[in-house]
Amino acid sequence: MEPRGQNYLQFTLARFRHTMEEVYGVTVFGLKFFPYMFRRPIELGQIRKHLDDLGAKSIPLLTVVGLIMGLILALQSRPTLDRFGAGGFLPAMIALTIVRELGPVITALIVAGRVSSGIGAELGSMKVTEQIDALEVSAVDPFNYLVVTRVIACSIMLPLLTAYVDFLAIFGGFVAEWIAMNSSFQLYFTEVIQSLRFYDILPGVGKTVAFGYIIGVIGAYQGFNTSRGTEGVGRAATSAVVLASLNIIFLDMVIIQLTFLFLGTGV
Amino acid sequence: MSDGNSILIDVQDVWKAFGDHQVLKGVSMRVHKGSSDVILGRSGIGKSVLLKSIVGLLRPERGSIHVMGEQVIGMKTKELNAIRTHIGYVFQYAALYDSLTVRENLEFPLRKHTTMSESEITDAVMQQLELVGLEDAVDKMPAELSGGMKKRIGLARAIIKKPTLVLYDEPTAGLDPITAREISELILSLEEQFGITSITVTHDIECAQLIANRIYILEDGVFQHSGSFEDLRRSDDPTIRAFFKLVL
Repeated sequence: MEPRGQNYLQFTLARFRHTMEEVYGVTVFGLKFFPYMFRRPIELGQIRKHLDDLGAKSIPLLTVVGLIMGLILALQSRPTLDRFGAGGFLPAMIALTIVRELGPVITALIVAGRVSSGIGAELGSMKVTEQIDALEVSAVDPFNYLVVTRVIACSIMLPLLTAYVDFLAIFGGFVAEWIAMNSSFQLYFTEVIQSLRFYDILPGVGKTVAFGYIIGVIGAYQGFNTSRGTEGVGRAATSAVVLASLNIIFLDMVIIQLTFLFLGTGV
Repeated sequence: MSDGNSILIDVQDVWKAFGDHQVLKGVSMRVHKGSSDVILGRSGIGKSVLLKSIVGLLRPERGSIHVMGEQVIGMKTKELNAIRTHIGYVFQYAALYDSLTVRENLEFPLRKHTTMSESEITDAVMQQLELVGLEDAVDKMPAELSGGMKKRIGLARAIIKKPTLVLYDEPTAGLDPITAREISELILSLEEQFGITSITVTHDIECAQLIANRIYILEDGVFQHSGSFEDLRRSDDPTIRAFFKLVL
């Protein structure tokens, strides 16, 4: 029994050490981004391309998710609110839930699944086929050309996509209300607008800039550190999604606490 | 520093390890302007490691590497990039940017490092493709090309800026003997036309025979032998004979 216990301890320590090395690696990689933001050349062509690839092409999926999210939220909440005689608060509840929390997090998780894995796989493939080395020997900085452009594109695109999903989800809530209660469009959206305040919208959309940064950095880090050929590319894509999703949820928790600390609960 | 203006690359006592595995154990070589030097050795012996160290992709633990009189080990990226603009590098599997067409692959170095006009870039691309005999492939994606075609495009991309020095990493690896000979002849022809200095890493003795002015044999982390093809062919050393028995 003792050797097995010993092995288990060694295995756990090795895993812990590996995790800490990964955390250190991704932190250094992520911090490297900031000085590069002010360094020339600024690859505007690449940023524009990635805004389209990473952002605009996520719109069909996010349209479906946004609408259905609002519909489900309204359908699930209506009976409970009615039981307490609070059915009239439904538009406000949907707006606050979506804008403060569900919209940013669901959008970030979906974009992480679609984009972070894509970045991990694309850069991983470039790494194992020596395309990143080819960039470097062409006197082009691969970090600037491949990483900075993608992280900027993700950080710009995610707030825009979140605002889009927020609107669609609130609209989805209206569709459910209209079908169930024949609510008027004007009444529903008046209540939505009246319920939202500046500090509901700003942290909700603002934190998605950080989520976009996480999606870009983790995807790129996994891609840049790919080894072992095509197997490694698959692993980079999977790790990118898992780590980006975990970090988004963790960061969301931190941002909620900070928001409550500095702006209050808003109640 | 390099002694003499004619020395383009001066490698002295270079050591490089990966973990516990010591790959290079004090490699030294000098490459003169206009020379075509070939590094021969078995697979996994460290030939590509040396090539990547010369261009600054890998950083040796010890020794010095002067390229065009500048010490590249420990050099800052900006200065290293200034030297890299004079170097062409042909990768073992071509390393074409797979999201770009052949045209865009060839345009890439010109757009990044020159102020050429659109028409000049187009002319330069077509001229390079003509040199390597692949004008028809201009709008193809790398995935649509055969191994030999990829090597030719990789070669065209490496020399499109008319570099002073070209480094070839296994230019004939993975090709059939006929295509391998065509690639070797193409390298020879381009070097004669443009007076390019080159280092070629290979284990293809026929390629070495065709293009080499001087051959270095890498074994156990150091150059065990060097000389012209004929010098080495006449050698009685068992390591050299093991290589040369293929063409004797």
